[in-house]
Amino acid sequence: MFALYVGLAVAILLIVLNIVLSKLSFVPKEARILSIIVVLVGYIYWGFEPFAHHEMHPHVEDASYAFDGKQDIEALEHAGKDATEAKAFWATIAKIAEHKGNAVAGKELVAANCTACHSMTSEGFPQLMSDADAAASYGVTPPDLSIAGRVYDRNYLIAFISNPVKAMHIEHKYPVGGDKVFPMPSSDFMQPQEIADMVAYLSDAASKVSAPKVKEGATEFEISKAVNKEVFETACVRCHAMNYAGIQAKTTAEAMSKYIGATPPDLSQYIRSRGDDYLHNFINDPQRKLAGTGMPRVGLNEKAESQVVEYMTQIGDSKKDEREALGPKVLIYLTILAIFALLWKQKIWRDLH
Amino acid sequence: MAEFEKANSIGEWFDQRLNVKAFTKVMMTEYWIPKEINFLWAMGALLVMLFKLLIITGIFLLMYYKPDVNMAFDSVNYTIMQEVGYGWLFRNIHGVGASVVFLIIYIHMFTAIYYGSYKKGREMIWLSGMLLFVLFSAEGFSGYMLPWGQMSYWAAYVITEIFGGIPFIGGDLVIWIRGNFYVADATLTRFFMLHVLLIPVVLIGAIAFHFYTLRFPHVNNEEGEFFDYKKESEKYLAGDKANSKVIAFWPDFLSKDFMVIAIFMVFFFYLVFYNNGFAMDPVNFDKADGMKTPAHIYPEWYFLWSYEVLRGFFFEIGGVSGKDLGLMAFGFAQGIFLVLPWLDRSPMVKPANQRPVFKYWFWLLMADLFVLTIFGKLPPTGINAYVGFFASTTFLGLFISLPFLTTIESKIVGGK
Ligand code: HEM
Repeated sequence: MFALYVGLAVAILLIVLNIVLSKLSFVPKEARILSIIVVLVGYIYWGFEPFAHHEMHPHVEDASYAFDGKQDIEALEHAGKDATEAKAFWATIAKIAEHKGNAVAGKELVAANCTACHSMTSEGFPQLMSDADAAASYGVTPPDLSIAGRVYDRNYLIAFISNPVKAMHIEHKYPVGGDKVFPMPSSDFMQPQEIADMVAYLSDAASKVSAPKVKEGATEFEISKAVNKEVFETACVRCHAMNYAGIQAKTTAEAMSKYIGATPPDLSQYIRSRGDDYLHNFINDPQRKLAGTGMPRVGLNEKAESQVVEYMTQIGDSKKDEREALGPKVLIYLTILAIFALLWKQKIWRDLH
Repeated sequence: MAEFEKANSIGEWFDQRLNVKAFTKVMMTEYWIPKEINFLWAMGALLVMLFKLLIITGIFLLMYYKPDVNMAFDSVNYTIMQEVGYGWLFRNIHGVGASVVFLIIYIHMFTAIYYGSYKKGREMIWLSGMLLFVLFSAEGFSGYMLPWGQMSYWAAYVITEIFGGIPFIGGDLVIWIRGNFYVADATLTRFFMLHVLLIPVVLIGAIAFHFYTLRFPHVNNEEGEFFDYKKESEKYLAGDKANSKVIAFWPDFLSKDFMVIAIFMVFFFYLVFYNNGFAMDPVNFDKADGMKTPAHIYPEWYFLWSYEVLRGFFFEIGGVSGKDLGLMAFGFAQGIFLVLPWLDRSPMVKPANQRPVFKYWFWLLMADLFVLTIFGKLPPTGINAYVGFFASTTFLGLFISLPFLTTIESKIVGGK
């Protein structure tokens, strides 16, 4: 309905504008013509760009990095679905989060419970199988946990260890009682203190990992790219490729389609096709932007997420800095040229009036 | 062969052989343009400038582009955009230029309609201009296909599909155009050929022809005044430039054109650097995938109005399906501007606002085209579909009623 009003408003506006401008004889004629054209062009631009985007891509709530389940519950209630289970789950998570973890105790628990499948190279737990074999035996290549404690939110990690499917928000792919079982088992049988300890250990271990090596004399751009790449590899590359950076997905396409029912796209140009805003919102919780998508919520904290998006920019729009540096120079040059052109025209036309 | 004296200067040397002096007079210093013109008369020169930019940047892009469905996308988005020095700049200028050239074409066209510059001796200017419009449309469409993104593919699919609506030969025609049963490699390579060879060559010829058609009737002026060019140019040549109604093409007219072009270039390069999403649709940065239809398919902004006319008829009327009605309306919309000089039965050559009937018609048409453009992008569901239908019928109605309205106007103004 709103759109209809806009359509009518356009017609009326055009007519009124034209009448008003034709009466303002004290304004120079060319200025009046120019203002009509600027308004008309501006209006049409507004119509097929911002307005059309607004109509075609309804706004969703901004990304939230609390990972306290509030938005999940609201979404369920909004859809008129039963949210009791979700409420109970996230209440448990909040309880666990109150425990102060012990990294030393956590180390033993992780060694006993996680490293059979997960590597953690920085702590001396090597990868036991090739990526392809791991994908074949588990359904998906398990992530290395070296920097997990730095890129994933603490609350999210607690929720994830307790119940991966709920934390990832992919209950539609792995329904309770369905015949597909998520590769990583839930650990909600563990004591809250134990879970808190494991998370404390992950975070402690991550803080000891030193910055990725870069070659001697690397530029600031290259250093930041290397730092961001590490995060991107941990967070995204198990499923996604980044061809323009020579990065292949760790899990084979075949395993992926069994795991999540879709083959994840190459992300090389996603910064251009989706844009900053969309990516932030989408990564934060894919279901909110694209209900039913196979992509799980990965639980990146705010910093890690912005590193991921920055990396996508550094690969997909690698000339951004160059573009932004050159822009002002070209515009200044053209402005000066325009001033000279104006002066020359006035000189020539002085005799004509 | 005639005797040639030894030339005393380089200028003379050329003059002997090419008659440069006389030629410059005819083409530049004694080619007369009316003085009562505003900056809208610089749009033609601006179009020439944009066309040049497109050709130059296009030549650079051509050095790295690969017309092959497996390589096209990466050759543009990786090789040109990220590897080649300033490749991104050439692509941005080319992409934004292609979009902006249509903005200026529309301003140029509607200037001509507003001032009545298509009649009383100026019909050939109008016709050659429309030829340019058709050629530019084909050039824009074929170029849009080249990056082989999702929008490239699906626009190609939808537009070639339109030809399927032509009775009897439609089905075969679509296959003939595509070179395959679906949009495929053969389609890409042939549209590549059209985009970089055939259409540009014809375009250059058509621009030359457009200029030729301007020569005898001369361009129109702000008041639609007809005057004696011989008398006015004699005044000018005698030194009374201030009282003459004409100016010389060079340097008088072109100095103003250069000014307009230079000012416009500031705006143009602002778009190139900072705001090019409108010309390079984000969806087109997804690689073409024939198995995955994008959520919304829409053409570039400059085709939206005619696309909306195509979609406007979505239900059956009198036993004719909505699809066929849409196609007929679309065909009508494509052709009708061509015959505008003969639909306008009023002899008045005046700015629209001074014409008692035409002024309503003109501004209604503008408003209708705006509604069509804006709704052409939105999904045609619910109320949008009815707005589209209403605006499409209005479009048809406006053109059908034009001969009658202008006949009335002709009576009102007494045949002048
Ligand atoms: C790239 C395409 C085009 C180029 C390079 C071009 C160039 C020009 C130039 C240099 C002029 C003389 C100065 C001026 O009035 O601007 C002119 C005039 C004109 N053009 Fe175009 N034009 C193009 C497309 C068109 C189109 C699409 C139409 C409309 C169908 C059109 C219709 C006219 C008319 C009617 C005039 C005469 C204006 C008058 O008498 O005041 N042109 N064009």
